Amino acid sequence: MKYLMLIYTNPRNWGHPAFLHSEDAVTLPAAEREALARQLDELITEIDGSGELLAVQALADPGLTRTIRVRDGATLSTDGPFIEAKEQMAGAFVLDVATPERAAEIAARIPEARFTAVELRPIMDPSGQEM
Amino acid sequence: MSTAEIEQLWRREAPRVLGALVHRYGDFHRAEDAMQDALVAASVQWPRDGVPDDPGAWLIRAASRRLIDRLRSDDARARREEAVVAREPAGSLIAPAADEPGPSGDDTLTVLLLCCHPALTPPSQVALTLRAVGGLTTAEIARAFLVPEATMAQRISRAKQAIREAGARFRPPPGGELPERMRVVLHVLYLIFNEGYTATGGTDLHRPALAAEAIRLTRMAYALLPDDDEVAGLLALMLLTDARSAARTRPDGLLVPLAEQDRGRWDAGRIAEGVALLTGALSRGPAGPYQVQAAIAAVHAEAPSSAETDWPQIAALYRVLERLAPAPTVTLNRAVAVAMADGPQAGLALVATLADDPRMARHHRLHAVLAHLLESAGDRAGAREEYLRAARLTLSVPEQRYLTERADRL
Repeated sequence: MKYLMLIYTNPRNWGHPAFLHSEDAVTLPAAEREALARQLDELITEIDGSGELLAVQALADPGLTRTIRVRDGATLSTDGPFIEAKEQMAGAFVLDVATPERAAEIAARIPEARFTAVELRPIMDPSGQEM
Repeated sequence: MSTAEIEQLWRREAPRVLGALVHRYGDFHRAEDAMQDALVAASVQWPRDGVPDDPGAWLIRAASRRLIDRLRSDDARARREEAVVAREPAGSLIAPAADEPGPSGDDTLTVLLLCCHPALTPPSQVALTLRAVGGLTTAEIARAFLVPEATMAQRISRAKQAIREAGARFRPPPGGELPERMRVVLHVLYLIFNEGYTATGGTDLHRPALAAEAIRLTRMAYALLPDDDEVAGLLALMLLTDARSAARTRPDGLLVPLAEQDRGRWDAGRIAEGVALLTGALSRGPAGPYQVQAAIAAVHAEAPSSAETDWPQIAALYRVLERLAPAPTVTLNRAVAVAMADGPQAGLALVATLADDPRMARHHRLHAVLAHLLESAGDRAGAREEYLRAARLTLSVPEQRYLTERADRL
């Protein structure tokens, strides 16, 4: 089954990887920050090797977001995200895993899961069984 | 000979070619690469120069040349060549020649067992089986599973590496392990079939081809192991299920439930073949789960309509399946059959026993069945609510459209 895994963060300053810039992680000792980076590195190597990782993208600073609305045929564009929230989406993975449990296991190993949250959204399938 | 016929021909030869190569050189990873190269060469040369008299021998020769080239160009050439020689019993170095038809059936089965090695995850087993035994290209497999080609290439290469790390040798598993290893093979073939059978919105032509491929590979397994009744049962199950494919979707891609399918469009040839296979298997001894599922499909296939179906028989078969392979989805299917045999209240009582099962809590099928049963019991408001709940929970676009349509009718 396929999932879109959304990584949320709460950064003091936006940077990549996002978790090292989060309010909690900037105060961590260097060794622990390095361990977190290694944890992510190992996870990506593992799920890329197993064929479970279909795509991954990091997002730029939320301040660069433009929100587009069409009202009465007129296009309105505003700077900034649709939802003004303290937590912002930092990036997204597309996963193809055998079970929901495996998806949850992968999400738990994303460093942001420790500081903010990681969201798993199942992806709709264009096929189905007759009922 | 058309391009499609040529393609069918080399794909039929693929497992025998790979079997012969691995048998000779003992290196699954390189042999598989060499076979893919030979298939590419065949795809260029055969349409241009004509198909050779013995296509299998041609492919084995072409792949052997490439494999030997690679072994020689390797830095560790001497060591590898020694290893190859050391691994071979002396007699096999002189006979049979690579282009002689050897004990190809045994080799094909060994390739299949190797691709379904227990060290691999099910998605890897599926991908490797389709490439090494089915002769599909990585791009075709990636399209069928809706993943990027690079991901599928990675999955296949990683699978081959895992086989090497697990130390799997190219030889049939010891007799005692064979039944258990065959169960894995059958499960992989079943997964391939299911992936192909799930009806699509009509725009994607690749997945139905996967069902045909699963049937072809299961036929091959059946030809190799005609006495394994679960192989026969699985083949029967696939044929009986696939017989319904033309009646399963509307032209707009919406799914047609079993009860409403035009049974005149079911494939009578497939049904007859499936029933014959199943009858033979069932006459020989206690039935395994695939035979029981095939028996259920056969009862459906032989009924002129949903109302005239032998529902008590189907309910009894699900009871047997529940004992052989217990799962909440089996109980759910039994509830549908019980409702048809003894009325919706009996079905609802059985569904109620699943309500607390955490595996079913967020499962759309439970709510879809509840909706159908409530509708037959005359509870329109309750049915509508359950249809909509099922529609929200399903991950399938066509199922969602179907469920929403049912809700809108109430």
